[in-house]
Amino acid sequence: MNNHQPEISSALFTATVFTRKKQRMQRIVGIVFGIMAVAILIPLFVLVTYLIIRAWPSLTWDFLTDVPKNGMRGGGIWPALVGTIYTVTFSLLIAVPIGVMAGIYLNEYAKDSWFTRIVNMAVVNLAGVPSIVHALFGVGAFVLFAGMGKSIISASFTLAIMTLPVIIVSTTEALASVPRPFRTACWNVGASKWQTIRTIVLPNSISGILTGVILQVCRAAGETAPIMFTGAVFFKYVQRGDFFPYHLNEQCMALSYHLHTISTQVPGVPEPMLYATAVVLLGFVLIFNSFAIVLRVYMRNRKKW
Amino acid sequence: MVNENRVEIRNLTVRYGKTISLHDVSLDIPRNKIFAIIGPANSGKTTLLKSINRTLELESGSSVQGNITIDGREIHEIWNVYELRRRIGMVFPLPVGLPLSVYDNVAYAPRMAGERRRKVLDEIVERCLRQAALWDEVKDRLKNLGTMLSGGQQQRLTIARALSHSPEILCLDEFSIAIDPVTTMRIEDVLVQLKEEMTIILVTNLVQQARRLGDMTCFINKGRVVQVDTTEVMFSDNPGNQLTYDYVRGVFG
Ligand SMILES: Nc1ncnc2c1ncn2[C@@H]1O[C@H](COP(=O)(O)OP(=O)(O)OP(=O)(O)O)[C@@H](O)[C@H]1O
Ligand SMILES: [Mg+2]
Repeated sequence: MNNHQPEISSALFTATVFTRKKQRMQRIVGIVFGIMAVAILIPLFVLVTYLIIRAWPSLTWDFLTDVPKNGMRGGGIWPALVGTIYTVTFSLLIAVPIGVMAGIYLNEYAKDSWFTRIVNMAVVNLAGVPSIVHALFGVGAFVLFAGMGKSIISASFTLAIMTLPVIIVSTTEALASVPRPFRTACWNVGASKWQTIRTIVLPNSISGILTGVILQVCRAAGETAPIMFTGAVFFKYVQRGDFFPYHLNEQCMALSYHLHTISTQVPGVPEPMLYATAVVLLGFVLIFNSFAIVLRVYMRNRKKW
Repeated sequence: MVNENRVEIRNLTVRYGKTISLHDVSLDIPRNKIFAIIGPANSGKTTLLKSINRTLELESGSSVQGNITIDGREIHEIWNVYELRRRIGMVFPLPVGLPLSVYDNVAYAPRMAGERRRKVLDEIVERCLRQAALWDEVKDRLKNLGTMLSGGQQQRLTIARALSHSPEILCLDEFSIAIDPVTTMRIEDVLVQLKEEMTIILVTNLVQQARRLGDMTCFINKGRVVQVDTTEVMFSDNPGNQLTYDYVRGVFG
């Protein structure tokens, strides 16, 4: 009856030159990309083990909780650790609310106009500005113009200015990943924009927003330039293990700046101490990064559509 | 005296940027009837529904001219637009389960209007899921995610959500494209019962569905109303308009 239909078998069970090529490409791509993925692991692994081995003699609990002694050549890093926690925390308290609200406005409320396009462009460009430029801006705006002087609060504002653009961008990206039909469905049943954001959009983008924030925590902790001129100090005496040693209008020590000074300004610092300071800074960053990773895994498992 | 028409549209023109999607449309949609709208793709049917519940103004670049009144009140003057949208149930062709549980999907609208009492919500959820012919399939998994239902089930969930705020006008836009024929029939039966309580606007690509359900039928083409009449006349051998005759018989352009 159906004599005109071509045989299916011949086409499916023989490999043509073209399909062979396709499959070879598939394998090559898999291997090359796999190597790349492993290749970025190696430097990180080597770096961390090298640092830990060199730092080992100094890596003690005392090192974390003690104050520097002998003109930075002994003791620990407590004041710098607390200082970093101070500046990072206060910069977050400033940058996160502003950044997240700005991101929500840009993605959810702003109509597409030349003005919002300029704002968006400005934000993206600001995200690429080098930290030393932010530092100079911080000196001009906060230390001098606003009269805050060199202080924790100036340093925090400078770090906040530096981290804001990326927080805004990652917020808008996270919000934009929630499909628009969810929003229209809510509007159609009489939910306001804010109700829609609160009940549907934010719960499904919060992990993305937090990931962006955490990555900025790492940046704020690691950068030296923005705090160097605005609030970091070479040495400050505090009590060992004191959690509240600083006032906000005082200068403080900070890990990144401390590492910079003891490795370039102070002669004769024992090598393990240098490496141990680096390990603590790196540990700070890695701990926060692993938070971000856990969040992202959690988000993927919770993916609701 | 109560106005016989629930919705009156006068000289409605809708533009998206420069493209005009509706040209000078005027329609009277009678109370407690099923008003079917048919027309080829791109003719502006969905746009018409969006302008009735004023979600059109949330689309970028849209602009509206003309008047729409519901029960004699001009909707563009309404201040509480959320209440307006709650009076209108809206079902669009693509099924959208919100990323919430099945229960929360249906309870969403009442909650957004401030209803907190568990008992009331329970009743609403069960009633609406029954009306959307979904209750039997999901009654044991109300806690499961709405987005994990099958496409057809999600579409019925969308219908249940549209009914959950007890609308006075129900707009259905090709509601049955993702639903199997048997279930479609069950929902159609529900619609016929529902018109006792509400006015139903049914946009459909299935001409036969318009014929089965519509009291009135309106044929729209390229953003203009070609003909509005009772369904009997529209589907008769002599509807009085060649375009209508051709479209209804599927020999259109
Ligand atoms: N958000 C929008 N932005 C720009 N143009 C739009 C938008 N929505 C619809 N249009 C345009 O309006 C016209 C009418 O579209 P509409 O969706 O109302 O057609 P329809 O009759 O519902 O078609 P279908 O039967 O395919 O659903 C189309 O030309 C479409 O391109
Ligand atoms: Mg449509």
